[in-house]
Amino acid sequence: MAVVATTVPATRAAPRNFGDRALRVVLTATASAIVVLVVALAAEMIRASLPAVRAFGWRFLFTSTWDPVAEHFGAVPFLYGTLVSSFLALLIAVPLGLGAAIYLAELAPVWVRAPIAFLVELVAAVPSVIYGLWGIFVLAPLLRTWVQPALGATLGFLPLFQGPPYGIGMLAAGIILAIMVVPYITAVSREVLLAVPNSQREAALALGATRWETTRIAVLRYGRSGLLGAILLGLGRALGETMAVTMVIGNRPEVALSLFAPGYTMASVIANEFTEATSDLYLSALIEIGLLLLAVTVIVNGLARLLVWSVGGPVRRPRE
Amino acid sequence: MTPRARHAVNRMMSALSAASAVLVVLPLLLIFGFLLWQGASAVNLDFFTHLPKPVGEAGGGMANAIIGSLVLIALAAALSLPLGILGGVYLAESRDRRLPWLARFLADVLNGVPSIVVGIFAYTVVVLPMKRFSALAGGFALAVIMLPIVVRTSEELVRLVPSSLREAALALGIPEWKVLLRVVLPTARAGIVTGVMVAVARVAGETAPLLFTAFGNRFWHQSLDQPIAALPLQTFAYAIAPYDDWHRQAWAGALVLIALVFVVSLAARVATRGRFTGVR
Repeated sequence: MAVVATTVPATRAAPRNFGDRALRVVLTATASAIVVLVVALAAEMIRASLPAVRAFGWRFLFTSTWDPVAEHFGAVPFLYGTLVSSFLALLIAVPLGLGAAIYLAELAPVWVRAPIAFLVELVAAVPSVIYGLWGIFVLAPLLRTWVQPALGATLGFLPLFQGPPYGIGMLAAGIILAIMVVPYITAVSREVLLAVPNSQREAALALGATRWETTRIAVLRYGRSGLLGAILLGLGRALGETMAVTMVIGNRPEVALSLFAPGYTMASVIANEFTEATSDLYLSALIEIGLLLLAVTVIVNGLARLLVWSVGGPVRRPRE
Repeated sequence: MTPRARHAVNRMMSALSAASAVLVVLPLLLIFGFLLWQGASAVNLDFFTHLPKPVGEAGGGMANAIIGSLVLIALAAALSLPLGILGGVYLAESRDRRLPWLARFLADVLNGVPSIVVGIFAYTVVVLPMKRFSALAGGFALAVIMLPIVVRTSEELVRLVPSSLREAALALGIPEWKVLLRVVLPTARAGIVTGVMVAVARVAGETAPLLFTAFGNRFWHQSLDQPIAALPLQTFAYAIAPYDDWHRQAWAGALVLIALVFVVSLAARVATRGRFTGVR
């Protein structure tokens, strides 16, 4: 931060005039309201999922039946779908995101850096539903007619690439998610790299290292934990992403090994079935899935923030 | 490695990193191009002025959804801006130890909460007590999503106001509250407006939290305690419907939505150009 705000010292006695006292009360009240709001959100999620927790206990996390008619609910297909689609997304997005960040922070000519960084910001600003629309009408047909048959023909001996090519499915979800999280990974990684002190680079360059060697030896190694944080921030996004995934994953509550098969994620089951949940227990089961999602994303984001902070002080998060 | 090999590796890695930068940005161009190609023909005056037609009838528009989105954004702004800006001022100015730390931490936590979870929260605290889906519930959900963005940008920008300005005002004997309202906030105003625009761009496209709060509506909304249409919601509904005509409308809706988001983002970018360099 360039300028540190200096106001009245903390120890000063309560102000005498009415306006200042009122100001203090109002400001403290707003900050408390923010705290209350977040606590209320967590509390409300827990309260509303209690019926499902009571009815199913730990079984909820370990069974894969999802039968609203008989009211048997198990979250395994959704946990699996969320994990696999997010993992797939990271598999694609991490190399690309880190590569782009290295380009933008280290290797690119100076005049292209700002425009490309702005374009990356725009990629992050595209609404989820538009990625979904594009996924349904462009990506899925492309996968169905070209990519999946080709993958099936060459790598079809692996269980990952077996089964009929629907287009819609886990693979499509992973790719769409990758496109959506890559700008976050790029933006945060770039800030991490920019926070690496120049003395690191100069030392490596002075030893005769090329630009890439400097990046690899001095910059990437120095910013390691921050880059891991950037990846985790991307993961946090991927886990909670709803609309685009709902539109392309196929929405079938099954655990299938093949990436061609339709799946279902925690966020998309909530999006699809919440308004159709006819019984209280059904609704409560969906909210419990929401609670699990909340817990996982809070942990992942918290960890990410700690790691990013560890590199260069609180780095500005990308615009979201 | 020989020097020649090292330089070859250097060139290769430079090319790879440039290629990945291109690949990161490429989807934006592909998607925008496709939207223009598919959607431009369906964006006409009717689209902005007419209600959706029933299945089978050609034409019709999303006027109700466009107005609905504006209403929802206005509601969200009305709920989140006072709280967010004052909260940001508090975080920047307070010298307490615990409450600012907690509020800042929780605002960051809230920023990472998936929007669908915020939707559930709005459902249990607004929809259930009111016993119906409503514009209010949708506005509330969007406000919760906007809040942390507004809080953190306001905080940063209030911190950027030079302390000399503040001290000059205080030295003249002006009470703190007046310094805040007449000196600090006006100085930070441009930046705060930018932050608000970024937050608006973000919630304008939100769909997930509206699914079971605003719910959508094929007609004009009557009042704020009734379900209301929204552009992203209607785009979603049309995209997953099995009718070609609706798909065209979905493309058009998406085009209008993305244009809105881009214009707001660009405006925010232009507004901050040259200002506070080194921070953004």
